[in-house]
Amino acid sequence: MTQAASATANTRSVVVEREFPYPPEKLWRALTQNALIEEWLMHNDFRPVVGNRFQLRAPPSPHWNGVTDCEVLVVEPPKRLVYSWNATGDEVATGPKTVVTFTLTPTKAGTQLRMEQSGFGPQHENNYRGAGFGWQRFFTALEGVVANLN
Amino acid sequence: MPAAVPDLLFRTLADPTRRAIFEQLCRQGEQTVRALTEEAGVSQPAVSKHLGVLETAGLVRGRRAGRETHYRAQPRALAPLIDWMGLYATFWRERFDRLESLLKRMDQ
Repeated sequence: MTQAASATANTRSVVVEREFPYPPEKLWRALTQNALIEEWLMHNDFRPVVGNRFQLRAPPSPHWNGVTDCEVLVVEPPKRLVYSWNATGDEVATGPKTVVTFTLTPTKAGTQLRMEQSGFGPQHENNYRGAGFGWQRFFTALEGVVANLN
Repeated sequence: MPAAVPDLLFRTLADPTRRAIFEQLCRQGEQTVRALTEEAGVSQPAVSKHLGVLETAGLVRGRRAGRETHYRAQPRALAPLIDWMGLYATFWRERFDRLESLLKRMDQ
């Protein structure tokens, strides 16, 4: 598994990759079926249809309602799934407005799954709270801040 | 960079009230203790104490003007934390662990 935080022009990405010993079709099910998505990611009303607006729901915290607004952008079974990932509620103005791309590549041993979350940008300068995913979210915001320091 | 630097930053920012004060300073620019107290929902001495801790960590800087001290955020002080953390990757790595365990169960 590899992971990296990479920087492009004005925004940043997080990349996490891992090889799983299963065929792409099986991973695709885990990425696109509600009950399965809930088991590893979050409660959701996802449908694998381009244009489908859905929500991911985590338990609310004092500074975050726990809701992430998403829209399906690309569905190419069993190769590529892309959706937007946007903060809601009080965090609309300052929270992450990002795009999550899952890419599945068949390998000898199974499937390489690559997740890239891109678009962490200057709008996060004000988002310092340890809300949502706790420190992870907090540090995502911090990364935006530091990325924009000269 | 000494290891103590991130430790101090973590400890400093672990307190939600202190973090909120820091956030407000980042959002609104320079503020007086009085203005910060109005927002913070705690007493002025408590706010002053939090500001002192933030200042020790290098996260804010105070400037006296007459009877009031004005504070300004120093977001540059956050830089060591960025190198130290896996950021959002930590979140996804953990979710990938869950995915792996789910895929195993799907086999059965």
